Amino acid sequence: MDLTNLSATQLLDQLKSGDLSAVDCNEFFLKRIQAHQSLNAFVDVGENGSGSLAKSAELARTRAAAIDAGEIKGPLAGLPVAIKDGICAAGVETTASSRMLERFVPSYDATCVAQLNQAAAINVGKTNMDEFAMGSSTENSYFGPSLNPFNTGHVPGGSSGGSATAVAAGLAPIALGSDTGGSIRQPASFCGITGLKPTYGRVSRFGLIAFASSLDQIGPMAWTAEDCALAMNYISGHDVNDSTSAKEDVPDFTQGISDSLAGLKIGVYPQFFADGIDPAVETAVRDAIKVYEELGAEIVEIDLPHTASAVATYYVIAPCEASSNLSRYDGVRYTHRAEADSLDQMYMNTRGEGFGAEVKRRIVLGTYALSSGYYDAYYLQASKVRRMIKHDFDQAFQKVDVILGPTTPTTAFKLGQHTADPMAMYLADIYTVSANLAGIPAISLPCGMSEGLPIGLHLQGRSFDEATLLKAAHQYQQATQWHKQRPSMDQEVSA
Amino acid sequence: MISESQREAIKFEDVTVIIGLEVHVQLDTQSKLFCGCSTDHGADPNTQTCPVCTGQPGSLPVINQRALELSIRTGLALNCQIARYTKWDRKNYFYPDLPKGYQISQFDQPICGPGQLSVTDAKESFPPRLVNIERAHLEEDAGKSVHDDAGRAKSKIDLNRTGTPLLEIVTKPDMRSAEEAKAFLNELKLILTYVGVSDCDMQHGNLRCDGNINLHIDIDGETIATPIVEIKNLNSFRNAERALSYEAVRQFDAWQEDGKTIGDAPKRTFGWSDAKQETVPQREKEEAADYRYFPDPDLIAVTISEQQIEDIQSTIGELPPQIRERLKADYSLKQYDADVIVSQGRGVVDYFLAVADGCGSGKVASNWVSQEVLRHLGETETEIDQYPVGAEKLTELLKVVVSGDLDQTRAKDVLAEMVESGASVAEASDKLGIVKVDSSEIDSLCQQLIDENEKVVNQIKEGNDKAVGRLIGAARKINPNANPGAVKDRILAMIAGE
Ligand SMILES: [Zn+2]
Repeated sequence: MDLTNLSATQLLDQLKSGDLSAVDCNEFFLKRIQAHQSLNAFVDVGENGSGSLAKSAELARTRAAAIDAGEIKGPLAGLPVAIKDGICAAGVETTASSRMLERFVPSYDATCVAQLNQAAAINVGKTNMDEFAMGSSTENSYFGPSLNPFNTGHVPGGSSGGSATAVAAGLAPIALGSDTGGSIRQPASFCGITGLKPTYGRVSRFGLIAFASSLDQIGPMAWTAEDCALAMNYISGHDVNDSTSAKEDVPDFTQGISDSLAGLKIGVYPQFFADGIDPAVETAVRDAIKVYEELGAEIVEIDLPHTASAVATYYVIAPCEASSNLSRYDGVRYTHRAEADSLDQMYMNTRGEGFGAEVKRRIVLGTYALSSGYYDAYYLQASKVRRMIKHDFDQAFQKVDVILGPTTPTTAFKLGQHTADPMAMYLADIYTVSANLAGIPAISLPCGMSEGLPIGLHLQGRSFDEATLLKAAHQYQQATQWHKQRPSMDQEVSA
Repeated sequence: MISESQREAIKFEDVTVIIGLEVHVQLDTQSKLFCGCSTDHGADPNTQTCPVCTGQPGSLPVINQRALELSIRTGLALNCQIARYTKWDRKNYFYPDLPKGYQISQFDQPICGPGQLSVTDAKESFPPRLVNIERAHLEEDAGKSVHDDAGRAKSKIDLNRTGTPLLEIVTKPDMRSAEEAKAFLNELKLILTYVGVSDCDMQHGNLRCDGNINLHIDIDGETIATPIVEIKNLNSFRNAERALSYEAVRQFDAWQEDGKTIGDAPKRTFGWSDAKQETVPQREKEEAADYRYFPDPDLIAVTISEQQIEDIQSTIGELPPQIRERLKADYSLKQYDADVIVSQGRGVVDYFLAVADGCGSGKVASNWVSQEVLRHLGETETEIDQYPVGAEKLTELLKVVVSGDLDQTRAKDVLAEMVESGASVAEASDKLGIVKVDSSEIDSLCQQLIDENEKVVNQIKEGNDKAVGRLIGAARKINPNANPGAVKDRILAMIAGE
């Protein structure tokens, strides 16, 4: 049976009904992961065949058997989930795709991983990413880039590119990513899947290897909004181990997604279609607006005057926090350690060898921006602009329920296209970073194709109102077929 | 520029010593500041650690509420303004015993704002001094680096201490001598132990002190200052006093030598060498440290309510300065005696108060507590709650002393017996054969002595009252229970008139 065309929700129905055993389901996806290793969707450290991917597979097989035997029970029993490698899973190498953490095996589960385990989901492997989540293409992974299943000459986006590749290639029905400036939504857009960045504080960050703590947020990636809603039901909620997680009630996100959009006010900011946008992307997004009008939504023009400064603001705040967050990788404890004759030399050699170029670039940027004499001009100023951006959204959400636009200005770019030009790479985040700065939830969903590559539609919502975003996304997916586009690789490679 | 001859004209006695202190106090919590690990001393290295305090990837800090409470408590005891809003900042630097590469501390919004502490010397070697507290902020401790003595061999890191809550109390440069600094430290420690926020055990590093010191020199109506020196890691109050007084003289000598003032040299860091009994310069980094403080995004800011502060305030109780004043005003104690009692802690104070109230004499109670009781505690290295003679029993004994029915010497014998056997006053008196001698017995005893000692009686008649001592001695031989005071009074009266 080919399970790749099933959504996670459909798969779970089959598992629950007993039509599909957890073992069969698990084996199906483990085989596909093996068969599509060339996509480099998963991190596999150690000897091929006995490395971390094989270890994950073994653990998954044991769990699947225990589920079929009724020893492990839960509402997601048997559902395969791929986990971004920046999220800790006890006993399995968690590298954040960095040489620095090549041998790091956490003794603890991230809260979201523990929650999924509790629900009896199965972790089928750790997905590739840009090193420490810094990047928009997975080209910054120490383990090489993942490939876009729609066109393997193109990037899958990043930093959660491995998760996007895994879902798009049918290697896992659902995956967890993390989003600091667009790292769930941009790869979801590039790979034709749906990805939700929840409100900051909605999902515990405990166990998420920090890139920029005030911006990082874990979220689901899957074919459909309904699947994202399903995952959100299990990973959301306050966590005593994360002081920044919110004490907000968690609704059943799958409830109400079928409700009508009549009367929904959707805001559109004209500048979203300004310079630099690919005309095919603009056309697809404008078509999506028409679909929403047909679904009964009202389109309202809004203003977000400070979002023009969002990328600049982001590239001050994120590196500042990163420069401090990554100080712990010093060669003293669990990391890579270089040989040296003195302590200072050991630090320099370890960090010189252990980090890739982009990570070093951001550490240098952040260290500089926090330095005495520059702090006010950079960090403090950026924090002020951040508040103004948040204020823009607060104002806009007085008038509208959802803000609609493109997720990215272009479709997936070619491998190597931007690696020599960090600024061009940074602009891939132009539409997505604002949501992280404002802390609001946002979702990307497929809304078109251009030259064989998917186009993403971006919806942003009020804080802790993921439900409205999921409803809007689900209703769009009921009216359109874009989320059912599958990469043609499936005809070429038999599972 | 001050000329050499002008400098030579200045004597050390003419300069003003300026001292400010930074005191790190380990708060008495069960668990660390941001994780659940134990803060106990003495465990095997790295056994009291977890992913949070060892800075493992993805771990996050969660504030220990008890540490916040103890910080507020300390602030209130030091008359500090308590912040209604306080936040956490990261102090970034690399060191092997700092697992995260930053210390979580408080930079610009400390939990305790300005406060003050008044220091009085019981011996009045300096006038009362009001020391202003600039701030007190909460932060996590680092681990311990154990370096091999050989130097280049392997160093070891113990992270058990990492993340232990420290309150750093910073004073204004308000102390004017090393003695004052020591007195401040003593008073601070006393207050902290009174309010129960820390055991201030310096042996275990639960109280650590750095001192900033320089000199102000008045010359031709202008005040010049010598370069500031920070003396790090003063590990006992005695060393703090020695180091600061040594450093004051050293700075004076250096200034006499080179005339350098505060603008001519940067702040330097010294340590105290116990072996040399000198302050010694410490190795300094070439560039000034830039800690790149910024708000810790992993923690939310703390708001402290009026109610919370009131609740904590209501549990603080009377503090040493107020108790001293009460002992002086209500129990007629001298500053020195009040100080002796108060410096022993709340247990001794309560013991004293019970005895003084019971026996009706603060002075007698003070003498007995500071001499007999404290001597015993000192000798046996025990605490007041382990003292065999409870306040009630001592009260009973001192009542007899106050009434004059038992003399001091015999009373001390009784107390010794009570300590020894746990006996009551009556039991101990019985055992020692002490019985009350009534006045007719005293009369006949005195008459007997007058009759038998004509020579002494004559000496007394001639005005040598001191000679009566010999008769008192004789009386004790005949009847050890005879009260010497009563014997003396009676004999003198009998000789004088009757
Ligand atoms: Zn710990």
